Order: sequence, then structure tokens, then C-alpha cells
Amino acid sequence: MSLFEQKVSELHERLHKKEISVTDLVDESYKRIGQVEDKVKAFLTLDEENARNQAKRLDDQLVKGENEGALFGMPIGVKDNIVTKNLRTTCASKILENFDPIYDATVVQKLQKAETVTIGKLNMDEFAMGSSNENSAFQATRNPWNTEYVPGGSSGGSAASVASGEVLFSLGSDTGGSIRQPAAYCGVVGLKPTYGRVSRFGLVAFASSLDQIGPVTRTVEDNAYLLEAISGVDPMDSTSANVDVPNFVNSLTGDVRGLKIAVPKEYLGEGVGEEARNSVLEALKVLEGLGAEWEEVSLPHSKYALAAYYLLSSSEASANLSRFDGVRYGHRTDNAETLIEMYKQTRAEGFGDEVKRRIMLGTFSLSSGYYDAYYKKAQKVRTLIKKDFEDVFEKYDVIVGPTTPTPAFKIGEKVDDPLTMYANDILTIPVNLAGVPGISVPCGFAANGLPLGLQMIGKHFDESTIYRAAHAFEQATDFHKQFPKL
Amino acid sequence: MSRISMEQVKHVAHLARLAITEEEAKQFQHQLDQMISFAEQLNELDTDQVNPTSHVLDMKNVMREDVAKPGLPVEEVVKNAPDSKEGYIRVPSIIE
Repeated sequence: MSLFEQKVSELHERLHKKEISVTDLVDESYKRIGQVEDKVKAFLTLDEENARNQAKRLDDQLVKGENEGALFGMPIGVKDNIVTKNLRTTCASKILENFDPIYDATVVQKLQKAETVTIGKLNMDEFAMGSSNENSAFQATRNPWNTEYVPGGSSGGSAASVASGEVLFSLGSDTGGSIRQPAAYCGVVGLKPTYGRVSRFGLVAFASSLDQIGPVTRTVEDNAYLLEAISGVDPMDSTSANVDVPNFVNSLTGDVRGLKIAVPKEYLGEGVGEEARNSVLEALKVLEGLGAEWEEVSLPHSKYALAAYYLLSSSEASANLSRFDGVRYGHRTDNAETLIEMYKQTRAEGFGDEVKRRIMLGTFSLSSGYYDAYYKKAQKVRTLIKKDFEDVFEKYDVIVGPTTPTPAFKIGEKVDDPLTMYANDILTIPVNLAGVPGISVPCGFAANGLPLGLQMIGKHFDESTIYRAAHAFEQATDFHKQFPKL
Repeated sequence: MSRISMEQVKHVAHLARLAITEEEAKQFQHQLDQMISFAEQLNELDTDQVNPTSHVLDMKNVMREDVAKPGLPVEEVVKNAPDSKEGYIRVPSIIE
């Protein structure tokens, strides 16, 4: 049995009793990577020498009894759009192929303070734009449950590495579902925190009004531990919120009696597959059995979220990605005489198709004469979508639905049709537009053996309630105890 | 018939500082048209009385004390630059 089939709290206890060492945990990671990485392809860069040295240092501390933190010695993977000092960070893009960051993201500094061990950097869709990891410039990560299938995206490496037991847990980022969708596809737990909960300093920006960093784990409890470690206001990120960071693990009481659950009819309607719908209805029975109550509600503007999202996120991306100009870092073309040719050619050579497509759409939406009709219109629709959530949360504690309309699809199946690809995210995108937190927990398996995810959405800064509900559901089911056979 | 002309596509690519081939321009024309058509479903909604949301946090103008702190060392800053000399980043000539 893999050490990583145990929870953070169990491993912590075993470290404390000296039954295992940090070196054992790090060995477990690289051993498993040696066994399955050829098939899974989750990592872009491994940091083995540093990780092993750090493990030795932590083991010395362990001997002296200096291992108080809950995450002490735990092996973690980090999505490759989160900068790590002196550890290559590529965003899975050719334009940053050899980028060597000169500082650590705030979340990485927080992990260091928590004394986790970084195993390596995880594959993703280029600049986090995609739902399958097929947009990585370097490799397509595979779904550990069936390597013919995608792991989801954009945090596909983050989800696949955890599901396959290469790391205990990982960090991802979520702009329109990029943590929750791959978590659902790979049968693990993924949380997008409230906008403002976690500092984005050092997260390479995609769409700044939507991006959040969050944890990907095997269990809800591990997720709560990891979120607590990375949360909090940061002077380096003016959009991080000055709100208290609760002890999220304390909210895992197992008690959901009287919990008021709203189930939006739009999340079980058109475009949602029968397997996803049925797994949610089964999950609601489980929650009802535990004493929760549910009712159908409406989020009437749901169908407009996808269009609003693509205009807003592409517009923000076109501005954010203007920094990749071949001057200060990254690729620079050899084929240009003038400065402007240098910019244009560098970007043409460095960016992949999907990134170019979104830069084009974003630049168009922001350009003179189209701004009001597209960008500003989308911002107004965002207000309506946000209001939908506020209305429902006046009466209910949690919104529940599927994370994705279907289980994972086959590699290559949707790659040629952007709009079909985007439709994977119809159930996760509204959550980013509203800025509320959302979690995906495993809730079953489709007929083809691939996992399905249950999405639970909470009020602003109320991750505690969705953790409590997700944990109670998890403890009443055994989906999280099943592991892919690689 | 695409509602976006090839000239528009090339203009947008110029604004985005993206060199595109004739073939890519055609492809972008088709894909932009598809996405714009898709986005036009937003016009079904009357938003005349609705304020735009740029972000969801209830805060603005986050200030900090103006305190001098050491910056990054120059050798670190130019470390990733494709072309640098003596602490400066070199680019093709800007002024003719």
C-alpha cells in the first residue's frame, strides 16, 4: 500500500512516532514517479536533489522533536504557473521554456514555512488556457484511470499526480474551473477558494479578476489543511482580502443536520449528461440521509456565463500576456530587425494556438468601437450572474450540482473545436464570475470506469461550510478509497 | 459570410503584437466570427440598468505606507533577459 493512501493527519502522527521519516515520504514520491510517470506525464520539472536534501534536514529536525506543523515533511507538487525561485517555471509555454524565477510566489513561501517538500512542477494547459492539458507546449498529461483519456485542465498535472500517488497533494489554479474540473475527472478533491482568500503574488496572471490558487488532495481533510497553510492577506497582492483565516479542519464535524442545500435546475438540465445527473441525485440522497435538506432553485442567468466568461477572461488575458515581449525574460526571436517585428515574431513563435486565439478575441473585445458591445456587456452580465448567487444564498447554505456535464473525454476528441471544448466548463465558470468558493469531491464512476465529481458551492469566504458538507458526504461514501490501477 | 473582415483580423493581430500568416488570418477570421456569434447571445439580456462588475471584492484603492525597501539586485533582474550587457537589457534600435 502506498504511504499516500493515508491522510496528512495519519502521516503526521506516524512521523511523530518515528515510524516513518520525511526521507521515506520523499522516496515514496520519486519511486512512484519512476514507476508511472512514463504513462501519466504529470511533471514538467523534477527537483529531486533539493527535495532529498531538504528531507534530510527535516529528518534532523524530527530527531530533535521540531516537527510541530501539520504539513511538516509532506511531499507536494506545484502547478507550473506558480513561480519557484531557481526552479524552472514554464506555464507549459515555449515562450517561458527556460525561465528561471528570481523569487518565490507567496504560496510557495507559505509552503516553505509549513515545511512541505516540493517534488516538482506540474504540467498544465499553456498559461492555464484549456480543459484537457492538450494545450501544453511540452506534453499531454494522461488520466490515471485510463491513459487514453484526458486528465482535465488546466491543472491536469496537479490532479493526475495526486490521483496516481506521485505526490500526496498539489497546488493548482482555477480561473473557470481549472482545479475543480480536473479534480472531478481524476477522482480527487479540488477547491477553488473565494476570490481574495489566497494571494496570487507569483501566480503568472491569466485573468486577474477570476484567478485563484487552490489545493488538490485525496481527501477533504487534507484539502482543509492545505488551504489553511496558503490562505491570508498579503501586502504583495492588493486583491488578497483582509479576512480571518479560520481553522478549516475544525469545521469537519460530520454533522450536516439542517443544512440547507440548493440544487439549481440549470445544473441538471440541458447539456448535462445522464451519468453526471444521476450521480448528483444519488449524492443528494446520501446528504438527505445525513439530515440535510434540499430544494430545487434557479440560477436564471447560468446559460450566459460561458459567453461572458470567454469575453472577460480573454480580454484580461490579452492585457496580462502583453508582458511576454521578448525583452526582459523568455524567448526572443532571431528573425527580426526592428523592435516591433521583434515583439510580433517573438510572440508568434512563443505562443501556442489556443493562447493566440484568446489574445485575438480579447484584443478584439477591448478594441475601439467594440468595447461597449462586448467587454462592457459581459461585465454587466457578470453582475446578473453574481446576483443569482446572492439571491440563492439568502435562503440556502450550499449550492450542489455536478462539477462537469460528463466524465473525462478521450485525448484528441475535442481538440479541433474550441466551443465544444469550452462547454466542459459550463458548471464551474459561474462560480469564478461570482467569486464564491467551490469544491469538487468524488461522487461515483461512469460506466466506462472514469470518475465523476460533485460540486459544492458556498458563500463568499465560507469555505468552512462546503468543507463540512463535502467531508460528511465523503465519509458516508467510499469513492475516495478507490485508486486507479496503473 | 464572416462579419469580421480580413483587414480587421490583421488590425487586431497588429494591436496584439502578433505576427500571423495569411492562412492563420483566415483561420482567426473564422474562429473569431464563431466566438463573436456565440457571445452575441448576451444581447438577449437587457442590461441598460445594470452596473458592470470588474471584480467581486468590496474594496478599492488598497494603499500601503510609502517605505523605501531594497529592490532586486541588477544581476538577478537581467538573468532571464535574452540579451543584456553590463546590467542593461539590449533590444533592437528604437529610434531611427
